[in-house]
Amino acid sequence: MKFTLNWLKDHLDTAASLDEIALTLTRIGLEVEGIENPAEALSPFVVGEILSAAKHPNADKLQVCQVDVGKGQPVEVVCGAPNARAGLKTAFAAPGSVIPATGDVLKVGAIRGVTSNGMLCSTRELKLGEDHDGIMELPADAVPGAPIGPLLGLNDPVIEINLTPNRADCAGVRGVARDLAAAGLGELRPLGIDPVAGAFPSPITVNIENTDACPLFLSRVIYGVKNGPSPKWLQDRLTAIGLRPISALVDVTNYFTFDRCRPLHVFDIAKIHGNTLTARSARAGETMAALNGKDYALSPGMTVIADAEGIESLGGIIGGAASGCSPETGGIVIECALFDPKRTAETGRTLQVNSDARYRFERGLDPAAVLEGIEAATQMILELCGGEASEITVAGAVPDWRRTIVFRPTRVASLGGVGVPPERQEAILSAIGCMIAVDGPALSVTPPSWRADIEGEADLVEEVLRIEGYDRIPETPLPRLHAVTRPAVDAAQRRVFWAKRLLAARGLEEAVTWSFMDGKLAKLFGVADNLVLLNPISADLSTMRPSILPNLIQAAARNAARGLNDAALFEVGPVFFADGQSTIATGIRTGLAQGRHWSGKPKAVDLFDVKADALALLTSLGVDAGKLTVDASAPGWFHPGRSGLLKLGPTVLGTFGTIHPDILDAAGFEGACVGFTVDLAAVPLPRRKGTERPQLVLSAFQPVRRDFAFIVSEDVAAEKLIRAVRGADRALIVDARLFDVYTGPGVEAGKKSLAIEVTLQPAERTLTDADIEAVAARIIAAAAKDAGAALRG
Amino acid sequence: MTDLTANDDLEALRTQLLERVAQATDESALEQVRVETLGKKGVITLRMASLGQVAPELRREVGQANNALKNAISEAIALRQTALAGAARTAKLAAERVDVTLPAAPEAEGHVHPISQTIEEITQIFAEMGFTVAEGPEIESDFNNFAALNIPPEHPARQMHDTFYLPPGADGAARVLRTHTSPVQVRTMLNSKPPIRIIAPGRTYRSDYDMTHTPMFHQVEGLVIDESTHMGHLRGCLTEFLRAFFQIDDLPLRFRPSFFPFTEPSAEVDIGCSRKGGQLKLGNHGDWLEILGCGMVHPKVLDMCGIDSTRYQGFAFGMGIERIAMLKYGIPDLRTFFDADLRWLRHHGFSFLDQPSLGLGLTR
Repeated sequence: MKFTLNWLKDHLDTAASLDEIALTLTRIGLEVEGIENPAEALSPFVVGEILSAAKHPNADKLQVCQVDVGKGQPVEVVCGAPNARAGLKTAFAAPGSVIPATGDVLKVGAIRGVTSNGMLCSTRELKLGEDHDGIMELPADAVPGAPIGPLLGLNDPVIEINLTPNRADCAGVRGVARDLAAAGLGELRPLGIDPVAGAFPSPITVNIENTDACPLFLSRVIYGVKNGPSPKWLQDRLTAIGLRPISALVDVTNYFTFDRCRPLHVFDIAKIHGNTLTARSARAGETMAALNGKDYALSPGMTVIADAEGIESLGGIIGGAASGCSPETGGIVIECALFDPKRTAETGRTLQVNSDARYRFERGLDPAAVLEGIEAATQMILELCGGEASEITVAGAVPDWRRTIVFRPTRVASLGGVGVPPERQEAILSAIGCMIAVDGPALSVTPPSWRADIEGEADLVEEVLRIEGYDRIPETPLPRLHAVTRPAVDAAQRRVFWAKRLLAARGLEEAVTWSFMDGKLAKLFGVADNLVLLNPISADLSTMRPSILPNLIQAAARNAARGLNDAALFEVGPVFFADGQSTIATGIRTGLAQGRHWSGKPKAVDLFDVKADALALLTSLGVDAGKLTVDASAPGWFHPGRSGLLKLGPTVLGTFGTIHPDILDAAGFEGACVGFTVDLAAVPLPRRKGTERPQLVLSAFQPVRRDFAFIVSEDVAAEKLIRAVRGADRALIVDARLFDVYTGPGVEAGKKSLAIEVTLQPAERTLTDADIEAVAARIIAAAAKDAGAALRG
Repeated sequence: MTDLTANDDLEALRTQLLERVAQATDESALEQVRVETLGKKGVITLRMASLGQVAPELRREVGQANNALKNAISEAIALRQTALAGAARTAKLAAERVDVTLPAAPEAEGHVHPISQTIEEITQIFAEMGFTVAEGPEIESDFNNFAALNIPPEHPARQMHDTFYLPPGADGAARVLRTHTSPVQVRTMLNSKPPIRIIAPGRTYRSDYDMTHTPMFHQVEGLVIDESTHMGHLRGCLTEFLRAFFQIDDLPLRFRPSFFPFTEPSAEVDIGCSRKGGQLKLGNHGDWLEILGCGMVHPKVLDMCGIDSTRYQGFAFGMGIERIAMLKYGIPDLRTFFDADLRWLRHHGFSFLDQPSLGLGLTR
């Protein structure tokens, strides 16, 4: 919502400065977004009087002018404008000025051999209009050297406020003035409306089909109007707030839209068919060509104004082109009505029309100011266009807007947190237009017709606080619930924080990527059908992600394109399923795990790097790594032979592996890429209560280490052999570590050699050779039985 | 060989033997000397063995002289041995010299994203004021995201939210990506009884993508419901939070009346700043920067969430996490948060050690 300072002062009698007004507006909830004084942009431009204009020695169409710019000595300026002539007062720009239309800085320059010490400007060059046929022609009494802004009446700051949707009343300058007056910044000027007596009965009757959609419809005919350009003051007002002046009749309706928040519509009576205007619902299949040049297909439920032949206007939103006013218009019908905010909003949204009228109707107009609106408009049209007005035709009635709210002044302190004396509260509520009756300890408050947003006691508390000033509310510390801080997160939430820090500590960079992704890529990860957005922002952000892996792979591809090939990225965030979402820690590593270094060979990332990441994360969350099993049946987006599931019993806690090349192709990544996921919610929370750890039992006896090399079939999983060995004596064997895998000469084809270091920890006495032999025999037997292993000869 | 029993020769022998010890240049030469002097057939051993042949009246004197000689030579050999071992070790170390200016093996250093860091900081501060963290799903019902928050379908406020829609659920109800974290308020109120003090940080979504908007961003919601919390507490709580978060003890706050359908009275909060020279600086410098929206929970919202609005009241607030992170950490462009550019992550990310704590300092 924009208006100028002078426009505001039409309604507000105030001695306050612009700064005071701006601060007060913001303080009472009408936040000032910006203040711009057009005169400031014009400050470098002054009145210049052309003393003489001589033909340029080297150019037919140029003249060399001597210009008085108020500095005593005339300035020599080369000018090509046909209207440059001695005696003309025009706009002069000195070197160094910024030309508003181009943004260029003006320099001293030679034009065909003659130095030009400035520029004489056209209206368009100063962004004051479209005229570029010649330089500006300023009034003969303009004083050389005077700034042109004030001379052109442009010294009127434009104030823009950010209007919240509840404050329909302040979508008009008068409403803003009323609120400022309530805040003590001046007096609201009386409107001074002289009702125009109708000279004849209106030839147009109005009907309302449904008073819910259009409760009230006033109309009036004016004959004998002359629709020329509107006067300068009106054009200046509209231009200042960014509207284009069109014609007097249209400008008047636009003026009242902004001045009183009272949109009106004017039909050319010559273009109305029959003598009835009806506010009714659109019928299926009806269309309307609107004033904005677009055609709209209407549907039932949209409120239209129709005549005998069809639709002439879309109620509260936009007029029809067919019955619009033109310079030839000689007679008009004024429409001044109320339209249902909900229907207006729905229609506007469906048709995607954002008009100044819709903006106001969908927020709700003052139902008590309809008559006043049509009278004020009639008065101005008669003044500007002449003519003779009919009587006013009324359909419907002013809806009952009065409602009474029981208001306890004590609530300002108990809800608002600041004590305001009851008399002051009453004064504030009266000032914003409420009617007040005392009702025991409470007040019975009737908000004004223009404040439909005030519905309950809390709203009245806000009104009192708003005018009193939120800055009067004292800062009050929240009472502490406990002397010592308690944790804000539970065990499951805490793990999300841990997971991030653990993975960062392992050298991975945390990324935060979109929760949505490319639909085609998501399909490769088995996304559910109900996760495709109905209104995506683009095709590559169309589907809720079923996995974070593709986003990270694409991120790695973007980094590779910047020359960063070795990426280690992770994200802990949501992934989405048909029936919900889970928090999944996901990481990838690409390129080299170890770059080139003098101490060794570079090493590409492999699945064991990410297996280690996943295991480290699971271990840190309290999972006993010894209880995890690895299953080679990871999902299809991994390499079928180089990936696995990490399981605890039947529960899958995570996945890891080399990413399938099809996925890398689809994500646009080239090179080595491995990834892992850990489902944080699947990891069981520790069951242990309390903080103490199990008792530490330390053996007094030396551990014994023995190596075993086994030959097994190539397809036997190493884990199977390790488990067999580990399980051969649960009491004595504390560790079984696989330290070598070998195939090749010395090992039969189809077989492999696995070497395991077993640690035996006696608890009661030092092991004898016989003890060790006995355990070794059990180990070999278990390995043979469970893994088909034979001791390597 | 000198006469072993002659005392007058003893001094010469001692000199001779000490000289041999001193001349041993390595450990084997020294061993040779030891064998020849102190070994089974060494000169000193033999001298001591032949003490019986010395006249009885001289035995004591000769015996003492022999012992003194033995001790002197033993000591000399031990000293020489230490010296030789030291020299050998020194030579070995000298041979082991490497170029210590060779670079150490590089180690990957990971970082925590500024959004995660900021959420932890927020959690730390609000924990101090007795809040706990609540969560909710990002795909929400129309009811939780709008209707329960007093935003009916035709309400103009809905136009402030450019909502992403998903196909309706089995019950035909609309499913949306939550446009704010406020549905967590609704869930909390529906599922628990006052007193309530929660914050709800999380992802939110709006269909908007330009210089200053991304289709996904993060918010933190706050909700306090009890019988007596008023707007002064809201001011106090947010003042404490913002001062602690930005680590500016005199950071001024300005509360301005505003409008949200789910609060009444409603306020927008500005913090003090300066924009001199195009440089934004927070603090008590006279200018203002909008930072968050808040208000007292609307009685209709309380009632819709099953809380008796005639008995309970409280406040709610919501703020953009990226926004406060950008301000605190000087990150100029919102869009870069989600690009996963390694250079950006390394520059703006945090070490895993930078765990925010009020006791140990919020920010390094």
